[in-house]
Amino acid sequence: MRRLVPLSGIFLFVLLWQVAVSASPGTLIPSPGAAVLAIGELAEKGLLFRYVVASLFRVTWGYLAALLVAVPLGLVLGLWHRGEQALNPILQLLRPISPLAWIPIAILWFGVGDLAAMFLIFLASLLPLTMTTISAVHNIDAVHLSAGRNFGLGQRELVRAVVFPAILPQLIVGMRITLGIAWLVVVAAEMIAVSSGLGFLIIDARNAGSRYDLVVAGMLLIGVIGVVLDLLMRRLEALPSVAWGYGE
Amino acid sequence: MKVRFRDIGMSYGTMKVLDSINLDVNEGELVCLLGPSGCGKSTMLNIVGGFVAPSEGEVTIDGEPVTGPDPRRIFVFQERGVFPWLTVEGNVGFGLAGRPAEERRERIEYYIQLVGLSGFEKAYPRELSGGMKQRLEVARALAVDPDVLYLDEPFGALDSITRLQMRRELLRIWEAERKTILFVTHDIDESVQIADRVVVLSARPGRIRRIVEIDIPHPRDLSDSRYIALRDEIFGEIGLAHQV
Repeated sequence: MRRLVPLSGIFLFVLLWQVAVSASPGTLIPSPGAAVLAIGELAEKGLLFRYVVASLFRVTWGYLAALLVAVPLGLVLGLWHRGEQALNPILQLLRPISPLAWIPIAILWFGVGDLAAMFLIFLASLLPLTMTTISAVHNIDAVHLSAGRNFGLGQRELVRAVVFPAILPQLIVGMRITLGIAWLVVVAAEMIAVSSGLGFLIIDARNAGSRYDLVVAGMLLIGVIGVVLDLLMRRLEALPSVAWGYGE
Repeated sequence: MKVRFRDIGMSYGTMKVLDSINLDVNEGELVCLLGPSGCGKSTMLNIVGGFVAPSEGEVTIDGEPVTGPDPRRIFVFQERGVFPWLTVEGNVGFGLAGRPAEERRERIEYYIQLVGLSGFEKAYPRELSGGMKQRLEVARALAVDPDVLYLDEPFGALDSITRLQMRRELLRIWEAERKTILFVTHDIDESVQIADRVVVLSARPGRIRRIVEIDIPHPRDLSDSRYIALRDEIFGEIGLAHQV
């Protein structure tokens, strides 16, 4: 029963969609059935798999690269007050600039292709992950750092055995939110910088023949994959060594 | 002489929190630092623990000046000092990383059993009660075999029944291990129940008003006239009438 409640919302939405389309045929958007058929068509042509993989590929590498830079950077800045003071103005200045504003520069540097899209994902993920790490380090209970030092840990061991596990719960939340951002950005990046992926599918379906059923199919796929990514990240929050950070 | 405070003074800006503290603590002795909130007793403990440097004077342990925290002397915070991301086992083994696996395993097992947490080896701190977390932290400290323990109001956050049990546990462990213990508390009864000597501090700036020797053997009878006399003496020293 509890599982049926969320499903009923989706059912209602699809029903309203169908009713609205039936009330004004041909003017609004394709019906739910047409969208599902379009997904079938994509699968048949082999494009479904190819585009989904292309988008996930770009997100994965751009996001992982950002993680590899942001976490060490955030640890250093979180522990080293001077460094944070020096870099903070730049971070604040870059923050309000939409990752999409970097598209021309990404193309200038990397040309049209995967690298440009991955670079945009990287940029979009870098700041939120760095900020999350810094603030998580600031939130560490001072008692834990003192205890670590008391047991004779040097700075490097302290980071490994105390600082890192202490920030992990907050970091995982930041990682989850950032992955959502990365997934938003890849679609936009693919509309301009590449010729494959779900973003490309949407823009291409419109440009090459106003196939709005394919547009809606692309949107649905983006939504479903976004939910799956989020659910996967949520599983990290259930790990016993981080669950302490999320209250009861 | 194990621990020696020599003319310790501590100021934060213009605020003086400790003034000319002189105190000697013997090896194996359990000394309580007793005083009202803000009298600088925790500061004293942080100085001897090596976490802050005093503005004046020097603390020595075995004749060596204290320059920083040291695994030979472990500080026990209130129960929140345990690492929530590690299991009971992981916490007790925290300070044993450099030792051979076999020794590590034995010590972990021994100290978990000593503090009565057998059966909870794989549990995480959030699954434990306040008193169990406190015992876990004591086990983590004892596992590295320190010569001195610093306890900063360790039972302050526990309910009064658990607190009584914890005192008994602490005395049992102290009798088994004979560590030198410096114990900060603002609870007069607690200090008379557990200490060999009670160091009574004045309100800020903290000065030593008096050192009261508690010459009652363990286990102490809380209705014994000597116990009540000593307790009343300290109440009087702090300037409180023993009435509510």
